[in-house]
Amino acid sequence: MKLHEYQAKELLRRHGVPVPPGKAAHDVEGAVEAARELGGDFWVVKAQVHAGGRGKGRFKEFEDEATLAKVVKGEPVDGKGGVQLCRSLDEVREAASMMLGHTLVTKQTGLDGVQVRTVYVTTGADIARELYVAILLDRQRSRHVLMASSEGGTEIEEVAATHPEAIHKVWIDPAVGLGDWQARQIAFKLGLKGDAFKGALKLFKGLYRTFLAADASLVEINPMVVSSDGQVTALDAKVSVDDNALFRQKEITAWYDSHEDDPAEVEASKYGLNFIKLDGTIGCMVNGAGLAMATMDIIKFYGGEPANFLDVGGGAKTDQVKAAFQIITRDPDVKAILVNIFGGIMKCDVIAEGVIQAVREVGLEVPLVVRLEGTNVERGKQLLSESGLAIIPAETMADAAQKAVEAANQASR
Amino acid sequence: MSVLVNENTRLVVQGITGGTGTFHTNQMLAYGTKVVAGCTPGKGGLTWKSDQGHAVPVFDTVAEAVEQAGANAACIFVPPPFAADAIMEAADAGVDVIVAITEGIPANDMVRAWRFLQDKNTRLIGPNCPGIITPGACKIGIMPGHIHKPGRVGVVSRSGTLTYEAVGQLTALGLGQSTCIGIGGDPIIGTTHTDALKLFNEDPDTDAVIMIGEIGGTAEEDACAWYKENMDKPVVGFIAGATAPPGRRMGHAGAIISGGQGGAEDKFQAMLEAGMHIVRSPAEMGRKIAEVLGA
Repeated sequence: MKLHEYQAKELLRRHGVPVPPGKAAHDVEGAVEAARELGGDFWVVKAQVHAGGRGKGRFKEFEDEATLAKVVKGEPVDGKGGVQLCRSLDEVREAASMMLGHTLVTKQTGLDGVQVRTVYVTTGADIARELYVAILLDRQRSRHVLMASSEGGTEIEEVAATHPEAIHKVWIDPAVGLGDWQARQIAFKLGLKGDAFKGALKLFKGLYRTFLAADASLVEINPMVVSSDGQVTALDAKVSVDDNALFRQKEITAWYDSHEDDPAEVEASKYGLNFIKLDGTIGCMVNGAGLAMATMDIIKFYGGEPANFLDVGGGAKTDQVKAAFQIITRDPDVKAILVNIFGGIMKCDVIAEGVIQAVREVGLEVPLVVRLEGTNVERGKQLLSESGLAIIPAETMADAAQKAVEAANQASR
Repeated sequence: MSVLVNENTRLVVQGITGGTGTFHTNQMLAYGTKVVAGCTPGKGGLTWKSDQGHAVPVFDTVAEAVEQAGANAACIFVPPPFAADAIMEAADAGVDVIVAITEGIPANDMVRAWRFLQDKNTRLIGPNCPGIITPGACKIGIMPGHIHKPGRVGVVSRSGTLTYEAVGQLTALGLGQSTCIGIGGDPIIGTTHTDALKLFNEDPDTDAVIMIGEIGGTAEEDACAWYKENMDKPVVGFIAGATAPPGRRMGHAGAIISGGQGGAEDKFQAMLEAGMHIVRSPAEMGRKIAEVLGA
């Protein structure tokens, strides 16, 4: 689960990471009030969306298509985006009005963009140096790694591609935690001295405390800035929390912002279904994540395009199968449906009953190809053929994919 | 012969008194697995009875199951919040093999458990996996036993049902399996593709291997690098997720392409460069093995 910047900074602040003072606002007057309360004469207004590239992003309502196309490609354009520097309260008002309720298009959102519902107003910062630091899981070593770079403000993937030598890493032993020597090692490599050196150590330790306390899968500070008088702060923050740990992260779970997720995906998750919307025409319902991916792949192999990834899980019940059907059939792009079940613990006859019941209740307007294999397969096939429904039976995965692709092609003609 | 589990495996089921534990213990006993103990803290001294009336003693701790019932392997059906602890308990009790079925264990818990296992003589399989089976001898996990057939092809996979698919194809072609290992779909797992290839390479009764990978991480690439230098037995490889969009978690916590790493095409290429046989269609895994073995 991804957090917004203002939520991430709240967590960091609690764990001793210095962040610039800031307040979130949901309407224009709230943003102006936030700036007034923060004081000073220089503020930054930042759109709160999960996607990166906000500063270089532009608003759909105020730009032409050519400009937006450039934004999506990552090319520089003129104008104002999702991060604006303001020298007066009027400018704060102007920036917040431009952002709130409007659609921000960035390199990461694609042309659809995302609607801005919250802005974060922070005091302006004095920036002498921009650095990068993050903690994440290194799957290869099964350990957390603290990774830092002197090239702050740039995407780390870009740094990795162009200046890999600028990236420094230390791997954290979970039995010991982030060692002081490791924090020093990184700070020395970044060339920090004096107050900035001490400030960086404090920030690194706070970052690891935040990572553990929030059950994060990623904590990224880009940029971490050093001011001209050596103060170190987290200017921007990205935190993702491990979905598997949400059961013990009640407060963070309550911060979930469903607006940024596809409504169908949100609904699917309520039924314990893993659903991801894709762009194709063949709706899929499969048991097991690996087989679900492989089913998408074989559809593509035979020249079709999957409309979704959908894993009904290991022990799907009738209402889950029904919900899955409803979600798939609601997608107007779906021209055919492919059900691929390898019954292990899940019995084929139970799945067949679920499919029949779902079709009877939800209705069926596109061709439905069903391939059953495994436990009680004969009984399952018999139920389907006796149902009198227009279900196209298939023997193997290849057979099923070919039939679904053919059906979708015919429907599109 | 086989790898890791066989007719001498003596199993303790952690979480045997729960619904899932009870169901699958019945299935494992029916397959012929020697389930010698159960473990549920607080229920020690009880006797668990199978559908067929087979009695299994329940202990409070895995240590007692090892000392008193001679367990040398553990299977974990403990809910996610407590599963990493259950893994460490089994390792501390000294079992040789731990099979963790539980899906949804927090990654931070697994980082600690993985570290704990480093100086233990215990092999962890999973978590978030279907388990391991040596057809006709021993089944530890949740896979449907009846689709398997004893034979000489090893299977290693991150996925559950896709493993069944591969096994189903092999059995339909008359090709049996030496051992099938579901290594699990999580980012942190005990046994990797490389570990599994090493085991199959040393097993005199495995002639060829089906290796099924998934997008995410670089474990398949690592296995390919090892294979190229160390193994002569043929491997047929498939990678699931060629059509997956970047940055999205595809059901398995580990299945995500991020930062330009972990894509299916890179993994297919690594397999080809290592000298493995690949299939682009998951429906061809069994047939390719038959072709490679000249069967």
